[in-house]
Amino acid sequence: MKPVDFAYARPMDVTAALSLLAEAGPSAKVIAGSQSLGPMLNLRLVQPGLVIDITHIAELRLVEERPDGISIGACITHADIEDGRVPDVAAGALRDVAHGIAYRAVRNRGTIGGSLTHADPSADWITMLAALGASVTLRGAAGLRTIPVEDYMLGALEADLRPGELLVSVTVPRLGRAARWGYYKLCRKTGEFAHAIGACVVDPERGVCRAVIGATEARPIVVADARHLIGDGTQEQFDGPAVDELARASGMEDAIVRQTHVVALRRAVAGAAHR
Amino acid sequence: MTGQGVGASARRREDDRFLRGRGQFVGDIRLAGMQDVAFVRSPLAHATLRGVRIPDAVRSRVFTAADLAGVKPIVAVSGLPGFKKSEQPVLAHDKVRQVGELIAMCIGPTRAEAEDVAATVTAELEELPAVHDMLAARARGSALLHEHWGDNVFLETFVDIGIEAAFDAPIKLTRRISTARQCMAPIEGRGTVAYWDNRMEQLVLYTGSQMPHIVRTGLAECLGLMQTQVRIVSPDVGGGFGYKGILLPEDICLGWLAMRCGHPVRWLEDRREHLTAGANCREHDYDITVYADRDGTLRGIDCEATVDSGAYSSYPFSACLEAAQVASILPGPYDFPSYRCRTWSVATNKCPILPYRGVARTGVCYALELMLDLVAREAGLEPFEVRMKNLVRPEQMPFDNITNKHFDSGDYPQALRRALAAADLEGIRARQRRGEPDGRLIGIGIAIYCEQGAHGTSVYAGWGIPMVPGHEQATARMTPDGGLELRVGVHSHGQSMETTLAQVAHEILGIDIDRIKLVHGDTEYTPYSTGSWGSRGAVMAGGAVATAAREVARLAAEIGAHLLQADPRTVTLRDGAVYGPSGSVTLAEIAHVWYRRPQDLPVSVDPRGLEATIGYKPGRDSGTFSYAAHVATVAVDPQTGDIEILDYVIVEDGGRLINPMVVDGQIYGGFAQGIGTALYEEMNFDASGQPLASTFADYLLPGPTEVPAPHLHHMETPAPYTEFGVKGLGEGGAIAPPAAIGNAVNDALRTLGAEVLQSPMTPRRVLAAIAAAREGTA
Ligand SMILES: Cc1cc2nc3c(=O)[nH]c(=O)nc-3n(C[C@H](O)[C@H](O)[C@H](O)COP(=O)(O)OP(=O)(O)OC[C@H]3O[C@@H](n4cnc5c(N)ncnc54)[C@H](O)[C@@H]3O)c2cc1C
Repeated sequence: MKPVDFAYARPMDVTAALSLLAEAGPSAKVIAGSQSLGPMLNLRLVQPGLVIDITHIAELRLVEERPDGISIGACITHADIEDGRVPDVAAGALRDVAHGIAYRAVRNRGTIGGSLTHADPSADWITMLAALGASVTLRGAAGLRTIPVEDYMLGALEADLRPGELLVSVTVPRLGRAARWGYYKLCRKTGEFAHAIGACVVDPERGVCRAVIGATEARPIVVADARHLIGDGTQEQFDGPAVDELARASGMEDAIVRQTHVVALRRAVAGAAHR
Repeated sequence: MTGQGVGASARRREDDRFLRGRGQFVGDIRLAGMQDVAFVRSPLAHATLRGVRIPDAVRSRVFTAADLAGVKPIVAVSGLPGFKKSEQPVLAHDKVRQVGELIAMCIGPTRAEAEDVAATVTAELEELPAVHDMLAARARGSALLHEHWGDNVFLETFVDIGIEAAFDAPIKLTRRISTARQCMAPIEGRGTVAYWDNRMEQLVLYTGSQMPHIVRTGLAECLGLMQTQVRIVSPDVGGGFGYKGILLPEDICLGWLAMRCGHPVRWLEDRREHLTAGANCREHDYDITVYADRDGTLRGIDCEATVDSGAYSSYPFSACLEAAQVASILPGPYDFPSYRCRTWSVATNKCPILPYRGVARTGVCYALELMLDLVAREAGLEPFEVRMKNLVRPEQMPFDNITNKHFDSGDYPQALRRALAAADLEGIRARQRRGEPDGRLIGIGIAIYCEQGAHGTSVYAGWGIPMVPGHEQATARMTPDGGLELRVGVHSHGQSMETTLAQVAHEILGIDIDRIKLVHGDTEYTPYSTGSWGSRGAVMAGGAVATAAREVARLAAEIGAHLLQADPRTVTLRDGAVYGPSGSVTLAEIAHVWYRRPQDLPVSVDPRGLEATIGYKPGRDSGTFSYAAHVATVAVDPQTGDIEILDYVIVEDGGRLINPMVVDGQIYGGFAQGIGTALYEEMNFDASGQPLASTFADYLLPGPTEVPAPHLHHMETPAPYTEFGVKGLGEGGAIAPPAAIGNAVNDALRTLGAEVLQSPMTPRRVLAAIAAAREGTA
């Protein structure tokens, strides 16, 4: 279980990284925290000719707080967020979710950009950031584009990352003062990937009521207007059968799998109500 | 007890190097010119091997079965009647029978480069139907692994001790119970470094082994060498649990390669190889019926047990040790009159099944203890009442049970009573009646087992496997400065022998344990031994060290008497000195005279000096019987199927304890593995025989957050036949947790009418059981 022989580059700015990517073409692989790519390299599931380490690019570690939200550089680690080095504009949701990812050793290295690009359905960020209405900004030869987090994930282990593009930042909207959020992850042991995740954000000021069913087989199920499922989030107006039906309609065939996802969302909502 | 002798919780002497990261494991060994090996392994579970294509550019770095002419396959037979022999090829030639089977071996300056070479080699395989389900494998018409057998059964055994007498019992319950296939997962995987020593004309093979002498014998036979031409060195070993007792084809490959290529070679098993190509254990299936009276008295047990033995019979324990043992140990610590058991050791297209801590006992305990709880439920009794009715009682000891196991001593009911008191059964029942605010369901479960350890010649001669333990030998030798060397053929893979065996010698000679050095793990320097397995180290090596130390004490006393000018009959040895009627002389002084001033010795001095190698066997070699009662309290979330262990009590009787702290460590470690069996660990295969887990992301082990601290209590009923009354107990911690936790889970689910009878008890299995109960399909 050793990787193939590959070349290694450590560009110091995004422009340099992009031109390396353009030169090397499909045989190049970007590496950030290496927590997902590392094992894949070792298992030779990926066999790149060039690995481009982006963790020394200062730009990708920038955090920019604005009145309406925050932009987080792609190479910000889970630990940066957990420790509060990144202002939490989401009323504690970012810190809480970061804290629940894997073990500290993984959080010290794993990045928010890497997690979203790796696009593992059971990862934490994809589900919570979708609930928060976050977006990602990508930069390539053709310039910048910004898309919702849930659209960035195309399917299991597949992100909408075009050849030559880098994910540069993640933008999270600021929650209103009355906003509540809930997050519930089902897994058997610390550091195990989730079997079911439920997440919800209710922000009356901004008219937001979002619910997400995560850790599915593929993309999370994102309900942008979830009032019919979770009510106003102040009390338990949770409609289990409707959530079950939604999951079924989204292709979740197995009754036990559906049940755990319904429970996860129910508990996320209950948690939000008590916040 | 002097603070260092038998019974003292002396600090582990091994810890200084281990805790500083200075242990020396196979992976730490660096030899000049060493090259790494990577194997080409079968990607298919069952296939005909048509050929191996090797590009010319790497031809000199790749070796296949064709190169290994004269190397014999691994054959581990059992003498049990009807056993069918398998030949495990060192490198596959005509056929592959498991994913991960070795097809070619490739060398490179580094492992990565060796893997580069391996990636260019193509095995031409023609897929055959795979046998992945041991029950289907037994059926007529199944695909066959070893065609000339005519079926897939290594061995079938049958015992019937008057089962008809139980047929009229008012309670008759039948269930199918099973335990998953697991991987042993010691922290350190397997590994081998080999080279040919021209001066010694000897193949030197470093490998983390529990049983270096057995590996030497097996390896020499496969390679056609004299045993003096093979030296096995087992350095520090990072956990073995049975896996490191096995002679692997990889070992033989490396040995052959070292002799051929003139430089040292190394193979270090990686975790994927470990999980997909080796280290399999535990997969049992029970179709079991229990007969009982309304008051809970057991009338009989009738069982058909199947064990998935995998593709080959592994060396030296064979493919049938597991299933055949099921038949003899299923009755557990209970006394009942009728018994029938049929077992099958079935060949499938999986890695060979290997003995794992608790060998067979974990599955047996799970099956039997789950059934006893069902009896209790049926009879309207508390589960402990059924145990109390049937446990062998202290006044029956020593007791020969229905399968002729000789229980040496103990008070099983007492262990259970103490465990129940510590677990607060009454309190838990009251809590169950109140209900939990969070909607979870509380359950309490008990399990009791007895653990036969250090069973010797009389037991193993019957199995007829390549290895039968006889007398265990030890050497004790004083050094000129008054220190002591001990040499034993067992090897520590975490048992703290450097500490505990020194304590044994200290008990007899009074030499400070810091001056006692244990030499082990090297066939060149130690007496022959079957090694460390079957909870035998403390009993066998401990007994041997005590015997040898006593002989040295006698020899030293004689010299001491001479130096004191006293009659040898009037001197005594204590606290490291020989005392006569009018003075004393220290062992260090005696050693000094023997080694450095022989002119001071009389001509009649015993020429054996201060050194003895002696063999030891307990008064009876049918094994010691340690035992324990485990009580688990769990909370089950009926919506998610999650199980949390709230409390866990263990009351263990391991006879006299040499070092109680070390014993606690053994129990904690076993307990963690038992939790793995109960709740997490499972190596699944798909219908084509592909293992479905290849990393620890998909093969779940319990971690620190999943293993609560158990409440541990000891009883110390001395064993009647062993030195100091010691009993073997290294495996026990891993035996009962699946049963205790399983019973607790089913106790919690009782109000829902659900039961889970398959380990690991995953959330999915819990939810499926609840759903089945709800739909009335349970
Ligand atoms: C033991 C363990 C447990 C874990 N448990 C969890 C868990 O509970 N929850 C969870 O959510 N995650 C978990 N993870 C995954 C972890 O969160 C990883 O950090 C994350 O998946 C990947 O981030 P990374 O920075 O390490 O990315 P890398 O591994 O370096 O890269 C991952 C992929 O993203 C690409 N990439 C990375 N950054 C960029 C970028 N800026 N632009 C374009 N492409 C990019 C890489 O090319 C690669 O394809 C676990 C990992 C491990 C090893």
